[in-house]
Amino acid sequence: MASNTSDLRSPLARARGLGSAKDGTEHWWGQRLSAMALVPLTIWFVFGVIRHLGADYTAFHAWMKSPFSAVMMILTAVVTFHHAHAGLQVVIEDYVHVEWQKLALLIAVKFLSFALAAACVLAVAKIFIGA
Amino acid sequence: MVEFNLPANSKVGVGKTINVANGAKRAKSFKIYRWSPDDGQNPRVDTYIVDLDKFGPMILDAIIYIKNQVDSTLTFRRSCREGICGSCAMNIDGTNTLACLKAIEDVKGDVAIYPLPHMPVVKDLVPDLKHIYAQLASIKPWLQTQSPAPSRERLQSPEDRAKLDGLYECILCFCCSTSCPSYWWNGDRYLGPSILLQAYRWIADSRDEMTGERLDNLEDPFRLYRCHTIMNCTKACPKGLNPAKAIAEIKKLMVARR
Repeated sequence: MASNTSDLRSPLARARGLGSAKDGTEHWWGQRLSAMALVPLTIWFVFGVIRHLGADYTAFHAWMKSPFSAVMMILTAVVTFHHAHAGLQVVIEDYVHVEWQKLALLIAVKFLSFALAAACVLAVAKIFIGA
Repeated sequence: MVEFNLPANSKVGVGKTINVANGAKRAKSFKIYRWSPDDGQNPRVDTYIVDLDKFGPMILDAIIYIKNQVDSTLTFRRSCREGICGSCAMNIDGTNTLACLKAIEDVKGDVAIYPLPHMPVVKDLVPDLKHIYAQLASIKPWLQTQSPAPSRERLQSPEDRAKLDGLYECILCFCCSTSCPSYWWNGDRYLGPSILLQAYRWIADSRDEMTGERLDNLEDPFRLYRCHTIMNCTKACPKGLNPAKAIAEIKKLMVARR
């Protein structure tokens, strides 16, 4: 909060700034909900992987091919990347104060999250549908 | 990025040591942050070694003694000396608190005294509160109504009045806001725990008719949602209030009205 001597706005004008964005509740609530969803999903995922320790390709393939596993795996991937994106956005907004850097990072994180989630979904769909 | 190092002209040096204890039985060192806008010097920490038998038991008694008897240039705010005006908020022994409510004997070893963290400094222990007062004004901390003024008091049930307990006691010392890392990094836009507690004090008031507008004004990724429940605010509050809970109540209302 460095005081800027060339800024002659009144303190109230500075505090009111550009006004309220009327936004943020969706993001905040989404973060809580995805955190809740990740509790059962992560437990299922970790136990599923442990259960297949040392299993061969066909055993793992058969597990992933069941409709339940496929749905759970897709949910785990999508919710994880949604949650990670929401969390990283908050971290960037907190700590990066150079506007263009902030914007570049926010865009990069968003694009990357969508790309990784899409890749995971495709991988599961490929196992489930064919091959 | 966030600045974790102080800029060159803010690096704190070692100042002078003044010993007025003269072989007292109960001598104690007070290491106090000093900075003046007038001499172009970096901040420094001056050490005053004083006799605890010369003044009262609180930190404020000590710094008033130092100002009156040892070094009249020491600058700080104080008024009521009993924890109700909020003027003497400062960082004592690493914690934001009121100098008048902090007992000297609760500090082991030397007593380090700094101004409230991460605020511009006017002089010595006096922080610049312009911005945070403007933030307070921005949430309109007064009763707002639409219906015509009644001919008598606005009634409030004892139950509704009880909802203001834990909120109305805030004395605006800003110990909480200046202990909040989110307020340090984003205080230009984040309102901080003290102002959000004040905002909730009016949202929770059954006589106020502008609850929706108040929530509209707060619904913002920076004004409200920079709170990450770090809880330093609640830990710091010298009045034992819970700003973190007030913020949580605002967030609950934001979800409830969707």
